[in-house]
Amino acid sequence: MSAVVFDHVSRHFGAVRAVDGVSLAIEEGEFFAMLGPSGSGKTTCLRLIAGFERPTSGDIRIFGEQVADLPPYKRHVNTVFQDYALFPHLNVRDNVAYGLMIAGQGKKQRHQAADEALEMVRLGGYGARKPSELSGGQRQRVALARALVNKPRVLLLDEPLGALDLKLREQMQEELKGLQRQLGITFVFVTHDQGEALSMADRVAVFNDGKIIQVGAPEDIYFRPDVPFVADFVGSSNVLPADLVARLTGQSRPAAIRPERLKLAENGPLSAEVTGLSFLGLTTRVSFEAEGTRLTALLPQDASRPAKGDTVALTWAEGDLHLMQAGA
Amino acid sequence: MAQTDASLVHSRSEGLGARLSDTLWRRPSLLLFLLLLPPVLWLGIIYLGSLFALLLQSFFSIDHFTGLINYEFTLRTYAELFTPANFDIILRTVLMAACTTVASAIIAFPIAFYAARYAKGRWRAVFYLGIMMPLWSSYLVKIYAWKLILAKEGILTWALEGLHLNWLLDAYLSLPVVGGNSLSVSVTGTFIVFVYVWMPFMILPIQAALERVPTSMLEASGDLGARPGQTFRHVLFPLALPGVVAGSIFTFSLTLGDYIIPQIIGTSRLFIGQAVYQHQGIAGNIPLAAAFAVVPIVIMGFYLWGAKRMGAFDAL
Repeated sequence: MSAVVFDHVSRHFGAVRAVDGVSLAIEEGEFFAMLGPSGSGKTTCLRLIAGFERPTSGDIRIFGEQVADLPPYKRHVNTVFQDYALFPHLNVRDNVAYGLMIAGQGKKQRHQAADEALEMVRLGGYGARKPSELSGGQRQRVALARALVNKPRVLLLDEPLGALDLKLREQMQEELKGLQRQLGITFVFVTHDQGEALSMADRVAVFNDGKIIQVGAPEDIYFRPDVPFVADFVGSSNVLPADLVARLTGQSRPAAIRPERLKLAENGPLSAEVTGLSFLGLTTRVSFEAEGTRLTALLPQDASRPAKGDTVALTWAEGDLHLMQAGA
Repeated sequence: MAQTDASLVHSRSEGLGARLSDTLWRRPSLLLFLLLLPPVLWLGIIYLGSLFALLLQSFFSIDHFTGLINYEFTLRTYAELFTPANFDIILRTVLMAACTTVASAIIAFPIAFYAARYAKGRWRAVFYLGIMMPLWSSYLVKIYAWKLILAKEGILTWALEGLHLNWLLDAYLSLPVVGGNSLSVSVTGTFIVFVYVWMPFMILPIQAALERVPTSMLEASGDLGARPGQTFRHVLFPLALPGVVAGSIFTFSLTLGDYIIPQIIGTSRLFIGQAVYQHQGIAGNIPLAAAFAVVPIVIMGFYLWGAKRMGAFDAL
């Protein structure tokens, strides 16, 4: 059974269509990422699942149950908020035990469960502290423990790593993924960071303008984007316009090619002028202009590097030029 | 080279103001000292000094035969506070202050909640204006207006007659203690006017406290299974409590010290403020007036201590 099903769901705020006719099915036990730029409707979709928003039209089902008329406190779904939303007047243990207290569990029992949950997120012994005494990463774990202690059937995460620094973020990505495998709970994860979505999720839905543009496994999204938007947003791919592709392949459709797949060659199908170079450490990013189209290539450091203003030929392996649908 | 040397420092004429600015920039503690000197003098000498003088007066006593003040340290004046007549005044005032505070908090909370969460843009400005405007008109005018509203021939009686509900008012007025000849000469009238006059002082701190509670915190509570009532009890109210306590400090202490409202509206029984007024003015019994004036200070001290112990300031 699908954990969460959206059937032509829309949520309008006045004239703004925050979510516009979204249909999707999230499978049980899946790590599902909603990826998109800000204002693309991904967070609103998450809030629709949590029950903080009600759909303007369409059906939402959680494990087969219609939830349009269920308030958040009646849904077996928990959320990790972007700002963590820990209660400042309660200590960490009482924060984690909050859901159990509301459910009517005795003090001893719920404190024990809270301590176990804190243990799970490697914060054992922090129960007596106030949230204000914790670092950002620790608060993040408390928020996670507070949600997981209720054993939700679906866990919603709203950009939970957005406020952390890079090192911590990478570490938390692995921990989250590990926790999800260990618990087998359906995770729905909202992010605008494509790297995060690709590295953690089993499947990714790419949002734009309140619609889902493409759903698929990270490899599909990354290597086989359906439309130029996905190619550009998810992988910063080079998008070649249809008329250029028509000359190269004979098919009048836009195409995407990944920057790391573009190679310099003696002879190539495309000649381009180098407009800039920047050193990135592992690679050098080279910008080109070819027949009015801007392209980027990531060249390994051992490759011969052109100079700015050079005219070079670009080439690629046959399968690397990915043809897409026109539009969007 | 001379050109670059000159460009490092702005070549402006150095007046007295400029040199003063430079000195203060180099010595920030001097600036702080100069800024704090006037308020510290004001608070320290004029305010705390007179408070101390008042405290001192309360330890003297009056010679009831000559009417002269006996400048010897004694606790006799404080003992006088506990005579039935005087203690009655204290009890009445404290009870009134407590009722006014509770009623203000109950009425103010939803108003503050609306203002903090729902009022947007222009409505917010209108709302602030609505709360603040009563403070702009004279206190006395408002109280006399209420006297007219509550009087036997007043607008309230008239309106209730029109609704054929005056029997309800009559039944209420026939109750002991809270009733009376009309609302304007009853304890209830005093209470209503106190609640009205101090209401803005309760609304504004609660609103400020509620504005600091992010929406996500209320959503998180609901997300964890709490019904709105539970969210109020376990999250919203504890987080708003510092605001409620701040507001109640205003309403409670203002009611404790007020002597005009109970004089114009209510029964002839005295409140602390009136007792102070009469003892220092008409009776010339400054020590007893001072002792009465110490009562609200002590009560507020205990009140704050209790509020702190109850954790009212934990969320600050």
